[in-house]
Amino acid sequence: MTALSIIVNGAKVDAEIEDRTLLVHFLREHLRLTGAHVGCDTSQCGACVVHVDGRPMKSCTMFAVQADGSDIVTIEGLAKGGLHPVQAAFQEHHGLQCGFCTPGMVMTAVDLLRRNPDPDETEIRHALEGNICRCTGYLNIIKAIRAVATPGAAPPPG
Amino acid sequence: MYTANFRYSRPKTLAEAEALFHAGVDAKYLAGGQTLIPTMKARLAAPSDLIDLSRLPGLSFMREESNALIIGAGTCHADVAASPVVKKAIPALADLAGGIGDTAVRHRGTLGGSVANNDPAADYPAALIALGATVKTTRRVILAEDFFTGMFATALEPSEIVTEVSFPTPSRAAYVKFRNPASRYAMVGVFVAKRTDGVRVAITGAGHSVFRVPEMEAALAKNFTPAAIAGIAISSDGLNGDLFGSAEYRAHLVTVMAKRAVAAALV
Repeated sequence: MTALSIIVNGAKVDAEIEDRTLLVHFLREHLRLTGAHVGCDTSQCGACVVHVDGRPMKSCTMFAVQADGSDIVTIEGLAKGGLHPVQAAFQEHHGLQCGFCTPGMVMTAVDLLRRNPDPDETEIRHALEGNICRCTGYLNIIKAIRAVATPGAAPPPG
Repeated sequence: MYTANFRYSRPKTLAEAEALFHAGVDAKYLAGGQTLIPTMKARLAAPSDLIDLSRLPGLSFMREESNALIIGAGTCHADVAASPVVKKAIPALADLAGGIGDTAVRHRGTLGGSVANNDPAADYPAALIALGATVKTTRRVILAEDFFTGMFATALEPSEIVTEVSFPTPSRAAYVKFRNPASRYAMVGVFVAKRTDGVRVAITGAGHSVFRVPEMEAALAKNFTPAAIAGIAISSDGLNGDLFGSAEYRAHLVTVMAKRAVAAALV
């Protein structure tokens, strides 16, 4: 067992956990934040993507103890007094069918738009390569992300 | 899915990491973990101790030095792909890093982890061989050609840690790969580099470990065009054959992708 101290969606969390606890299990089973999904268990589907210190990561492919001291944002932490613009765009453009992949899709899309506020379709497809939609609903996902792009905006410096 | 039990430690220095490794029964270093953790989840690996190198200070950097680009072993692929320093010095290397795995994997996987693992289909080994890189470890400096010794095998001693890689700057270079669409690993990846002392063509994904194609290198040294190597076929003997493609198919892809790499290097 190892002590863990992290920030999840702005709140400090202290816990004592088994070393082998995957971050996604810690989030889902210990904190009951079930938004990050376990889709494939082979690190391929991206349904478990959360942001760790501002970077998108597969929470099924890191141990919770590795996140000690980190700031984590899950799909539950995105909406602030109303849906996040990317969530709203997924709703508006029907960027989901069964919804299983949606948390990972949205977290990856939010990261993409932060790094590249005006991605074209090729860039969106490249960014989403690690997120698999079992309903094959990619077209509307891409449409939703394009809808929140800021035309002509340059990526932030650095 | 849970891995087998292990003891986790996060050393603060390289020396402490090596000491912890020696103290373990069957210890493993954990860098980005994007190969090791899935392997442990599948119970194909069950180390007694995991020594986390991902927070060691001073291992994540990129800098240009007299005709070489030095990248710290702890630098993640996303940082290499986005780096203005890398894009200016060796754009082909930024391209390569930007095509590894997927977005989330690139934010966690590291250069050091990739080269120390030496997966037969990993991308970085092709760059190290084609560019004539040197690998710096906690003990010595190893030429890339002496470093990669076989399938998942390297010249590293058990507790030795890769600290940085030095890539000599080429005059032209490109990396292209034919990817498995599901795993995004290279079925065949070709890194071609034109240097002051000649041309190097390094192939990953096709064989048990990265290898060079001397016939293509000789032809390209005389005439650096795709046409110069169009007639050079490599033997399928010893190449990888699996459910995704036969050895013959991979041999064919080597020439196809090498031509594309040369064309890309000329752009």
